Amino acid sequence: MARLVGVDIPRDKKIAYSLRYIYGIGLTKALATCKKAGVDPDVRVKELNEGQVAAIREAITKLELKVEGELRAEVAMNIKRLKDIGSYRGLRHRRGMPVNGQRTKTNARTRKGRKRTVGLGRKGPTGKKG
Amino acid sequence: MARSLKKGPYVDPKLMQKVRAMNEAGKKKVIKTWSRRSMITPEFVGHTMAIHNGNKFIPVYIYENMVGHKLGEFAPTRIFRMHSGDRKK
Repeated sequence: MARLVGVDIPRDKKIAYSLRYIYGIGLTKALATCKKAGVDPDVRVKELNEGQVAAIREAITKLELKVEGELRAEVAMNIKRLKDIGSYRGLRHRRGMPVNGQRTKTNARTRKGRKRTVGLGRKGPTGKKG
Repeated sequence: MARSLKKGPYVDPKLMQKVRAMNEAGKKKVIKTWSRRSMITPEFVGHTMAIHNGNKFIPVYIYENMVGHKLGEFAPTRIFRMHSGDRKK
């Protein structure tokens, strides 16, 4: 059981890939961490010894990776700033709409959530099919 | 694509002139502007700009952390007024 920066307990996978379970570490940073720590990225987490785990822990601090809570806080701060200054992007965040100018006629479901059908106040047949 | 750093931030030259003049005179007056594409530079901080949204001028007080954004970001050009079926909230 390897515990790194807080709650992350990946196992059975190769170290380079299990590091990616940490928020803020992708493949590039995972490989960089392994290199810095001098650990073979192809070793399974369960086969790591204490020293290697410590080395990886140290490598994460040394590389000054923003990880987990710290990173989440930073992202939240950035969004909060946009909201506070009343910018267009902030407004989009507030409304839960896409921020970067994507189309909203269709799609945009990730931001808008599950589809809610808007019931029309029908007053006789409209021209629309389907 | 981002603007080349070599050029520096874009600010309408006339607008910049007005802001500089105000800073020198130490006056605070609302500046009307159509130049939504101008970047907010540190000189703008503390002034109130009336930014055109295509219809009206929206008065916006410039705070420090608005620096680096464009004026247009603070004067929305569209209003969304509910779909016909939406009720509640």
